Amino acid sequence: MNGETGTIEATALTELPSGRDFLKPHRIILLAVAVIAVFCMAWFMRWDWIPEYAGRLAQGVGVTLLMLFSTCVLGFLFAVPLGLAQVTGPWPLKLLAKTFCTIIRGTPLLLQLWLLYYGLGSLFPQFPAIRESFLWPYLREAWPYGAAALTISFAAYEGEVMRGAFAGVPAGELEAARAYGMSRWKVFRRIWLPRAVHRALPTLNGETVLQLKSTPLVATITVIDVYAVISKIRQTTYLTYEPLLLLALIYLCLTAILVVAFRTLENKIPTRGA
Amino acid sequence: MKTALKTIALAAVIGFAGIGGAMAEQIKVGFAAEPYPPFASPDASGNWEGWEVEFMKAICAEAKLDCVVTPVAWDGIIPALTTNKIDMIVGSMSITPERLKTIDFSDKYYNTPTGIIGPKGAAFDATPESLAGKTIGVQVATIHQSYADKYFGGAGATIKEYQTQDEANNDLAAGRVDAVQADAIALDAFLQSDQGKDCCEHKGNVKDDPEILGAGVGVGLRKGETELKDKINAAIKAIRANGIYDTFSKKYFDFDIYGG
Amino acid sequence: MAADPATLINWGLLALEPPGWGGVLLGGLLNSIKIAVGGYALGLVLGTGGAFGKLYGGPVLKDLLEVYTTLVRAIPELVLILLLYYAGTDLLNQLMAAMGYGPVDISGLAAGIFVIGVVQGAYSTEVLRGAIKAVPAGQIEAARAYGMSPVQIMRRITLPAMLPHAIPGLSNLWLIATKDTALLAVVGFSELTLVTRQAAGSTKAYLLFFCAAGALYLALTLVSNVIIRIIETRARRGMAAPA
Repeated sequence: MNGETGTIEATALTELPSGRDFLKPHRIILLAVAVIAVFCMAWFMRWDWIPEYAGRLAQGVGVTLLMLFSTCVLGFLFAVPLGLAQVTGPWPLKLLAKTFCTIIRGTPLLLQLWLLYYGLGSLFPQFPAIRESFLWPYLREAWPYGAAALTISFAAYEGEVMRGAFAGVPAGELEAARAYGMSRWKVFRRIWLPRAVHRALPTLNGETVLQLKSTPLVATITVIDVYAVISKIRQTTYLTYEPLLLLALIYLCLTAILVVAFRTLENKIPTRGA
Repeated sequence: MKTALKTIALAAVIGFAGIGGAMAEQIKVGFAAEPYPPFASPDASGNWEGWEVEFMKAICAEAKLDCVVTPVAWDGIIPALTTNKIDMIVGSMSITPERLKTIDFSDKYYNTPTGIIGPKGAAFDATPESLAGKTIGVQVATIHQSYADKYFGGAGATIKEYQTQDEANNDLAAGRVDAVQADAIALDAFLQSDQGKDCCEHKGNVKDDPEILGAGVGVGLRKGETELKDKINAAIKAIRANGIYDTFSKKYFDFDIYGG
Repeated sequence: MAADPATLINWGLLALEPPGWGGVLLGGLLNSIKIAVGGYALGLVLGTGGAFGKLYGGPVLKDLLEVYTTLVRAIPELVLILLLYYAGTDLLNQLMAAMGYGPVDISGLAAGIFVIGVVQGAYSTEVLRGAIKAVPAGQIEAARAYGMSPVQIMRRITLPAMLPHAIPGLSNLWLIATKDTALLAVVGFSELTLVTRQAAGSTKAYLLFFCAAGALYLALTLVSNVIIRIIETRARRGMAAPA
């Protein structure tokens, strides 16, 4: 794999265009053009369906955000052992972790999602033990499969980042901790893990934005997120562009909020000494 | 480096060459890209087969149209028609007042009742009362989705929407939905398959609502294309009259699919 | 139904000749590769133009390119693909009509390449811009001092000097392009993921077909990685080893 952690970061949207010196003469003209375009869209296209679906849209956004945050947190928790195993694990573990990351990163998420839901999911009911277990009411639903697929994908991508982060903690710091008489576990808990997580933090921003952009895929396995609500609107109103434009706007806002939130967070964490 | 740049430029030219294309003379017939047996499904060599494919071929031959089959995602098939990606829809699309606001239809070419299937031994029939609290699978953007939303969703059932009929059926067999609503013929084909035989049975046909379920299946056309519409209507009449319609229908069904 | 592995897996379904679906899957893979190659190439062209525009263009061009790259990178590919797939053809046909030509027949392949290309273009703009900025300013100034025209500078100095910096990002984009083609399944284009879904739906062997398609995608990625490594070592000839 090309393991350079910088490459993913380089392509994901991690900062918004700067607002300083915003109003230059040409910008005013561009803005005017943009305002006219938006006005034309509002005036000539059909938007009368929005009030009727506003409640469901808000619910959909909620599901999307829930999917995003739960899978990012869970995925990150899995990413730490994945990264660690690749750096210090015994060779079977190392190989296992590496194979896992390669397979997940090498196949499309859409395919993984369908494999989990339609492939694996339709095998479960053939085993009466599963069908009668307490898990069955959840396994009947679509969202556990969506959450699982998104978590696995996030873990694999972030695991690759964590591998780099663990490997990049200066050996001197670990040796110093050892010299203080800390046990291996203590070194890991007090020095290695916090330093590695700190190093990986900047990539989290980009990875989370990419994860947000992956969430609409769960709509293809019947999870009702904001994308699914918009699909439904498209089918009942037979409008081609308007619902999709609104959807694009919603995702644009969500991304902007994410990016701003991460920026504020990053400014709060001191980053002295790389 | 130079050769690398040349390769990139060449690849770009090849990429654009596809866009040039020929001027539109052919009629692009939009099929749902999702398999919908016994009407249209791809076989192992990638060719589409089924009753509706034969119907389409017969119509095009009769009306002397140069038809090319273009599979389109079912949930985007109407936008594909209105944005000129395809010229007509032959996709078991029912003629409903709601769809007529956006597109035009030929005369109907078949009509079948709407059925509900469920697991063997489950005690419910096709009424809203008995389906309350159940989960019903339907294919998105179909009359069945609208019907289930109105009658069963309103009475307390959960409606689960699938991209393809196959996947709804599969989830019924897997126990992830309690019932599936669809065209009775398509459901029958599933019930006769190995998977359907084992698990499920016909629970009944739903009460008709012409406002939602429409008046049969027609060829979807853009509004204002009366010339094409007249040609198609004449062709449907002709193959009904000269027996071609009955000949290929007998291969698939032992009853009259044209309906009353 | 018995849960016996021997009956669960019917390898015959993967045979290349019908009734096996292997041939259909390989055809789908070929379509996926065609779109990935075409879309990637189009993306590179857009990206090169975009990067130079962003660095050396006028203020209006710079702003428009900023809007383009920000929008594409903030909106999910799935949504962009749907929008571009319908709007792209529609706009082109209206444009042709306005110029007095008849409607153009756009093949699904061309539409797919266009969609993937526009998405890729935004990302490669950013990658190439970063790479161009990594070229020492002194080299470009020296070229200018020799009296080279801007085009000559680009052809002889900037492009060759930036390529080693761009290759990791660009190879990552290629891997993304191959996986993004799967999203075209949602608009009904017969690439690998869609034909897999059709095969799985027709035969009910969901697990088998999705695993088979996964293996094909994985093979594509692994082969790409080998080629990328060869290109990388070639491009890094004569450069200091990476720190």
